[in-house]
Amino acid sequence: MTDTTANGAAGSQPDSGPMLAADGTPLKVSLARALRRQKLRALMLIAPLLLFIVITFLAPIGDMLFRSVENNIVPETLPRTVVALEQWDPESGEAPGEAVFEALQADLLIAAEKKIHTRLGSRLNYETPGISSLFRKSGRRVDDMEQGPYKPQFLKIDEDWGDVEIWRTIKRYSGAYTAGYFLASVDMEYGADGPQLKPEDERIYLTLLWRTILLSTVITVSCILLGYPVAFLLANLPLRTSNVLMILVLLPFWTSLLVRTSSWIVLLQQQGVINDTLVTLGLVGDGGRLELMHNEVGTIVAMTHILLPFMILPLYSVMKTISPSYVRAAKSLGANDWTAFWRIYFPNTVPGIGAGAVLVFILAIGYYITPELVGGTSGIFISNRIAYHISSSLNWGLAAALGVVLLALILVFYWLYDRIVGVDNVKFGG
Amino acid sequence: MADGAADEYIVRFENVQKSYDGETLVVKNLNLNVEAGEFLTMLGPSGSGKTTCLMMLAGFEPATHGEIYLKETPINKVPPHKRGIGMVFQNYALFPHMTVAENLAFPLQVRGMNKADAETKVKRALEMVQLPQMSGRRPAQLSGGQQQRVAVARALVFEPDLVLMDEPLGALDKNLREEMQFEIKHIHENLGVSVVYVTHDQSEALTMSNRIAVFDDGIIQQLAAPEVLYEKPDNAFVAQFIGENNKLLGTVKSVSDGVAKVDLEGGGTVEALAIKCGAAGERTMLSIRPERVLIAQEDMPNRLTGKVVELIYLGDHIRCRMEVAASKEFVVKVPNSHAHAALRVGEETAIGWVTEDCRALDVR
Repeated sequence: MTDTTANGAAGSQPDSGPMLAADGTPLKVSLARALRRQKLRALMLIAPLLLFIVITFLAPIGDMLFRSVENNIVPETLPRTVVALEQWDPESGEAPGEAVFEALQADLLIAAEKKIHTRLGSRLNYETPGISSLFRKSGRRVDDMEQGPYKPQFLKIDEDWGDVEIWRTIKRYSGAYTAGYFLASVDMEYGADGPQLKPEDERIYLTLLWRTILLSTVITVSCILLGYPVAFLLANLPLRTSNVLMILVLLPFWTSLLVRTSSWIVLLQQQGVINDTLVTLGLVGDGGRLELMHNEVGTIVAMTHILLPFMILPLYSVMKTISPSYVRAAKSLGANDWTAFWRIYFPNTVPGIGAGAVLVFILAIGYYITPELVGGTSGIFISNRIAYHISSSLNWGLAAALGVVLLALILVFYWLYDRIVGVDNVKFGG
Repeated sequence: MADGAADEYIVRFENVQKSYDGETLVVKNLNLNVEAGEFLTMLGPSGSGKTTCLMMLAGFEPATHGEIYLKETPINKVPPHKRGIGMVFQNYALFPHMTVAENLAFPLQVRGMNKADAETKVKRALEMVQLPQMSGRRPAQLSGGQQQRVAVARALVFEPDLVLMDEPLGALDKNLREEMQFEIKHIHENLGVSVVYVTHDQSEALTMSNRIAVFDDGIIQQLAAPEVLYEKPDNAFVAQFIGENNKLLGTVKSVSDGVAKVDLEGGGTVEALAIKCGAAGERTMLSIRPERVLIAQEDMPNRLTGKVVELIYLGDHIRCRMEVAASKEFVVKVPNSHAHAALRVGEETAIGWVTEDCRALDVR
């Protein structure tokens, strides 16, 4: 039946094979040709933005992420040494022989000329503390070295050149690429039997990551708890009242983030408004003022407030689409207020909760400024550490690796969310 | 129950008034009884207060004044979920996150019925609306007519004595609407449940109801069986609202024995039943149905001359618009029979009617 109508429409054609247009070209080709102009035009419309994003956003981010594995500095600064070290077996327990030191002298001579040996020193210092000064010292004196054998001369400059650990580090990082930054970003290091966790008192990034996830979850949950009733009111009040409320919700958006965070400092600090009020009311003694800032509490309170609109708005737009007749129907069918809410209204708002939770959680997990200002030491996030490595310690490789870990974490959460709730269930409105 | 009269009425509105803003009354002093097992329709234009009445009965709007009784129990203070009234909503209001079977089981679950009994009832209800194979579907996967049926089944599955329907067929296309009208009517007849139905569609009301309450301006204009409403409208609004109506304006000359002599504005004097026309000297509107006007009959008590303006051939009858006594919108339905008069546009012809078919009403 379908065949006859298809044949009738497309003229004479064999029963099998693709559908043909009137001029004999396959219908799909014809269709693609007809739509090509539209597609081209659409592409041209988005081209400026696409280019802008690629040049100013994707490329720098790609470059930055690449730094997390890039390690060219060692093979470029010490090319001969790297080759010579291939022959040395770190398990022998002895420093390398004269051949390596000869290569090192040649490399250092050039590097010191170019003044790049200090950079290499600080790079390797991330891995084994002390190398930085070793290179700086040797770089100064390598010029004055006499003709061969070089090993004793280097040992004379610094005994550490005889240390197997130093050479092990140089050999380990002699490749153009390294996993070292990533190991460091999850508190691991190269041990005798390959990668292993650092001693417990040196682990910082796993703790920070875990705290970031935990606090982001707490913030997301408090945003749901605080935002749900507000969104409900917004969606159900008469227009005039809900407009006023909507302006109050949006007001924080129009205020600088810094101003909002600073005002929380005014409120939360030990001599701040809240503590003063509590002391005046006699609820706490003057000596027992609450520590509301420079810890997790400060971060949670301030960030919940700042991220709240991102929960309320998607919730509101979903609630707005829920017909009031659902709840009425539930009541007419015999459900009391709570049953009608919990069995009928609430399940229909879950897509809004999902959308809001994803937004708030992803924003929270990468938040920087607020934890920096009110978080103290126990309330800072992984992003504060990334910023520290970018601007203070200048260990960009580690910063990049931490960034990749954070990005991967967000993707994992997104994937989990998709598996549990389903991304199709997310509704930002309409 | 004791005196026997009690169980005749399932619902009684007593002097009910409703205002939303404290300035205007949407429902003005409503008194209405719904008999047990009756199909009563509230019919009226939008804003006439009919839906408000339904919402007060369902418990979603409080009455500003007066009392509503359900089987002699005042229910003003009873919350909606304790009233035990089934309701079908305008947009069906099927719960989108539940399957059809879950939707139907909902009222049984909240009443604490055990699973097996609930399943049996759900199955039976779905069979009643001829959708037994749809139980696993979501509402979004159903057509409009199927959703409508599920909504009806859900309102009936917990076996209420009273079901309210708020323009339930408004979203359906014409054919489906007519089909559903008969289906709902049959369900009503089979179950013996009382139905209060709200609509603005008069043909729907005429098709389905035992009685119709015509609402306008917050007042019941007339409460009667469909044929009475059509043939014996009490006032000009009902005459105009129900069916097609010819109106002729005039002044009452005299009234005797329930018959008024009326001087028409365009000249001529006719007789009509004095229903609501006031005393001599007052203005009145004459109402006469198009199919009751006869053409070219000699022995009529009321005779006028009409000039044919337009003829429309409709198969079973011919619709003839003519100019009669200052009215250019006077319509006559001429039956398509061998004997019918040959009419031509522009010609004048004699028309007439019997006095009983013409009603002298108020002027609006």
